[in-house]
Amino acid sequence: MRYKVNHLKQLESEAIFVLRETAAQFEKPVLLFSGGKDSIVMAWLAYKAFHPAKLPFPLLHVDTGHNFPETIVYRDQFVERIKADLHVGLVQDSIDQGRVVEETGPNASRNALQTVTLLDSLESGGYDAALGGGRRDEEKARAKERFFSHRNSFGEWDPKNQRPELWNLFNGRKQHGEHFRVFPLSNWTEMDIWQYIKAEEIDLPNLYFAHERDVIFRNGTYLAVTDFITLQDGESPEKKRIRFRTIGDATCTGAVESDAANLDQIIAEVAAAKETERGTRADDKRSETAMEDRKKQGYF
Amino acid sequence: MSTEAETNLEDMDLLRFTTAGSVDDGKSTLIGRLLYDSKNIFEDQLAAVELSSKKRGDEHVNLALVTDGLRAEREQGITIDVAYRYFATPKRKFIIADTPGHIQYTRNMVTGASTANLAIVLIDARNGVIEQTCRHAFIANLLRIQHVVVAINKMDLVDWSEERFNEIKKAFTDFASRLGQIVDVTFIPMSALNGDNVVDKSRNMDWYDGPTLLYHLENVYIGADYNHVDARFPVQWVIRPHSDEFHDFRGYAGRVAGGVFKPGDEVMVRSSGFTSKIKAIHTADGEIEEAFAPLSCSILLEDEIDISRGDLICKPNNPPEKGQEIEAMICWFSERALQLRGKYILRHTTNEVKAMVEDLRYKVNINNLHKIEDDKSFTLNEIGRVKLRTSAPLFYDSYRRNRQTGSFILIDEQTNETMGAGMIV
Ligand SMILES: Nc1nc2c(ncn2[C@@H]2O[C@H](COP(=O)(O)OP(=O)(O)O)[C@@H](O)[C@H]2O)c(=O)[nH]1
Repeated sequence: MRYKVNHLKQLESEAIFVLRETAAQFEKPVLLFSGGKDSIVMAWLAYKAFHPAKLPFPLLHVDTGHNFPETIVYRDQFVERIKADLHVGLVQDSIDQGRVVEETGPNASRNALQTVTLLDSLESGGYDAALGGGRRDEEKARAKERFFSHRNSFGEWDPKNQRPELWNLFNGRKQHGEHFRVFPLSNWTEMDIWQYIKAEEIDLPNLYFAHERDVIFRNGTYLAVTDFITLQDGESPEKKRIRFRTIGDATCTGAVESDAANLDQIIAEVAAAKETERGTRADDKRSETAMEDRKKQGYF
Repeated sequence: MSTEAETNLEDMDLLRFTTAGSVDDGKSTLIGRLLYDSKNIFEDQLAAVELSSKKRGDEHVNLALVTDGLRAEREQGITIDVAYRYFATPKRKFIIADTPGHIQYTRNMVTGASTANLAIVLIDARNGVIEQTCRHAFIANLLRIQHVVVAINKMDLVDWSEERFNEIKKAFTDFASRLGQIVDVTFIPMSALNGDNVVDKSRNMDWYDGPTLLYHLENVYIGADYNHVDARFPVQWVIRPHSDEFHDFRGYAGRVAGGVFKPGDEVMVRSSGFTSKIKAIHTADGEIEEAFAPLSCSILLEDEIDISRGDLICKPNNPPEKGQEIEAMICWFSERALQLRGKYILRHTTNEVKAMVEDLRYKVNINNLHKIEDDKSFTLNEIGRVKLRTSAPLFYDSYRRNRQTGSFILIDEQTNETMGAGMIV
């Protein structure tokens, strides 16, 4: 068993291969950085792929403005650590420019608006490939996603027009105006991500670890009470010991009750988990096919 | 999954497998059963499946619905495709390439098989070895999957008969012997519906003393699947930091496609033919003493020679083949037929050249393995042997020796579509 490579090393090697292919095959790639653990792992792998040189592409954060403050503090420190360039696309700008109309009502979320800001940012930056942290195990609609996912010139995903991917031969050729989404973490599961974070000793935002927070219970999940949430009749905040399993827009990312305060405890919790992590994302529950719909529009 | 946290991660490796069977052989049920009995289904997923089962009026929770994405599509007549699924036990992480089994989906089976270590070929015990079984075995063999499991399913419907099992085993073995070198074949009698021999040992078939499916998946030895003999390193990218600290650093970044590289090794660069010595093998975790497939790293050489993406680093005493006339088996992926003497872009490792298909030697009828030599049309889902001429020399191995340096895809120059995939003979 001399040349044995464990599963994390195999996944790392594969992701690094994909990141290097992206740099080589596209003129102007960009890495979408949300501040969530998947994009942190992806950016970390990009750092490793080109070490000791700087990343040959910038990071892009599409900022809904509805962030947990911790996310931004973390983001800036992390970007500094891996010596990357960061660009920020503000959803607020899209709203101010009249490109999108803010949702109203108690369940209003800027998640859907992100798509416009993202596509605008990709276009104004002239990017021809956007690296995303999507994993195939996250959701049914993603099980068939490619590493190199072709988008037409409107940023749309056409399930019928995807190229077969064999061996490790990725075809990133494209017509003018078309672009690609690239998913180096396609073959990772939530467990792989956590095990890798532990093995690599990657720092994470505190939000991922158990802490006390004021929350309300809405649409089957705990939402943090922040400035962006309007309390409805009958809702009163309660203090709970919680943690987040994904980090997105603060208005719709649900928390779970948890005592897992370090990586080992989180890994144990994920191992025993009874719900998929997307089970806590309110935006996915809006409709059964929510993900597929957003994907066709250009979201991930 | 609860034991996973206690797993020794160093020992946990990765197995990729495909599943193939014809419609209603029980493929979805089998995958559902595998995930369910190995505790890889979440409660919210199970709840969704229970709900759909009820809606459909199923008596029991229908485990086939766990992987129902493809079925829904089939009914609506939209894209059928390879779907990837994941599960893990304390021993291994598994990646399933789930491909639908219709004749028109050869392309998907080939795609799924291209990265697989193992193939599960499903047989309905009542029907035995049928055309589709032969097709699946043929593709597994063509793509050089090293391990095949013949899952003889629905044993409950043939009274758990050992005789029936042996009949099917013999029929498959007879067929497989015509394929040449199918490597390691394991036959497992099971009932996916009831869970016999999937994860738990069957109580209905005392005559069977082999492994359950999961036990086999967890323990099959895949260490020999990579070529650790012929040193092959396709260069993806050149790392040049241009910083003060790493002023002279020039690393050739790539993923080892075969053999073992060590500092001090004498190497040769293709295409130029220049030789040098390995100065160091760099990763972000520090320098390493040896690199082998499938590790990603970057190689630093003693001498400054001109190397760029598409070049191949190898050893002077064991170089790859060099040639512009290539014989290959290809599978066609597009509704637009192969144009004999038409030009395509050929992508091989990290290299691209132009290629022309000069001759279609024969097509294979994959249901009976007959060669068809007098029909020069070649279109979607067909498999055949061709002769290609490339605009520049390729540095390659036969696919049999090395899956990475022996494979290529053909791309349409105008539309950029991937038209076909090839395995060099
Ligand atoms: N009796 C019996 N029925 C089975 C078994 N496995 C699957 N089936 C049934 O066969 C039918 C087709 O199974 P399914 O998994 O949907 O087949 P697929 O088309 O290959 O995915 C369903 O009605 C299953 O309940 C088995 O081991 N025994």
